[in-house]
Amino acid sequence: MAEKLIAPLAGTIVSISIENGASVEEDDETLVLEVMKMKNPVYAPCTGTVTELKVEVGDKVEEDDVLAVIESSSNFITQM
Amino acid sequence: MGYRIFAHILAITKDYEPLLLLPIGFGILVANLPLTGLMTPHEGLVWRFYHYGIQWEIVPPLIFLGLGALTDFGPMIANPCLIFLGAGADGPTTIFIATKLAPHMLGSCAVAAYSYMASVPIIQPPIMRMLTTNKERTIRMQKARKVSAADKVVFPLVATLVIILLIPASAPLVSMFMLGNLFRVAKIVERLTQAAQNELLNIVTIFLGFPVGATMNADSFLQPKVLFIFFLGMIAFMVSTATGVLLAKLMNLFSKNKINPLLGAAGVSAVPMAARVVHKVGSQTDKKNYLLMYAMGPNVAGVIGIVIVAGIFLTLLK
Repeated sequence: MAEKLIAPLAGTIVSISIENGASVEEDDETLVLEVMKMKNPVYAPCTGTVTELKVEVGDKVEEDDVLAVIESSSNFITQM
Repeated sequence: MGYRIFAHILAITKDYEPLLLLPIGFGILVANLPLTGLMTPHEGLVWRFYHYGIQWEIVPPLIFLGLGALTDFGPMIANPCLIFLGAGADGPTTIFIATKLAPHMLGSCAVAAYSYMASVPIIQPPIMRMLTTNKERTIRMQKARKVSAADKVVFPLVATLVIILLIPASAPLVSMFMLGNLFRVAKIVERLTQAAQNELLNIVTIFLGFPVGATMNADSFLQPKVLFIFFLGMIAFMVSTATGVLLAKLMNLFSKNKINPLLGAAGVSAVPMAARVVHKVGSQTDKKNYLLMYAMGPNVAGVIGIVIVAGIFLTLLK
């Protein structure tokens, strides 16, 4: 199941610590957004593999922009 | 004796608000050196900065231009109830009013204002933590309504019309603020937005701090009155923070969509310092809670409120 990494704020990407094909754990720091001179880490929404990294360092993004797509590798199917 | 204050201020600048306190501190040093003639009316270099920049009321409105360009009103438009959390004391407006009402107190008002703005990150968090529970601090904000790009353009235009028609005396500050914001949201004047946010803001910060510090010669500054202002300001600040947080908690009793009470502390209009502090305290409890833009809501509402109050004061006292 693909999950989107969404920008929680509008700002500028100042560093990226993932790349296409990388595996991440939920809550890993994936990249850093600078907003009003404050650096804000953005965390992975799930454990899995990065299938599409859509931004580069220096890009300006708006709130809710999709920054990357992560294919979830979770084996649980929670039925609630 | 002026040197002692100067040393004190420079010591502060090592940690807090160096952008303002450094020029102010240097201005104080320079003002207290004898025979320089820097502050001689009509001739002194620094006097000219003071007279044309501040007494002519050019610098504070330019700062507001820069602030407007830095602010994203989206979250505030999305959660209009955040407007009610606006309250507080702020730097450029204090200076603006002080010039008009009590020019001799300008230096001390400014140092007091910027010193406690600089201490925002120190003063606010303990108060915020004392008045909120861990659970309340982790509340995530949801948008009450969708905000379109058009909404964001309409906002500065409507706000300008409404506020200035109601309180013409607030025009210098409000019009500049909204112009800066319009630059930003129109998105077609990116060069102007960048200049307003960066070069302009930095330049006028230099020309605000330095002459203001220079008005503080030892005779006028070292009086009990001044310390009194300082402590008064500090207390006002702490009370604003506390009432903001408590007001937010009160609002939560009446609504289904809970607001994170930390946002109340952003009502203190130290832009964007208070918003950053709120964001930091929130993220210390929950690292994925991004309160920054929500905090800008009350933060900016506070500024606009203060500008309106300033306008009222100035109108009534003319």
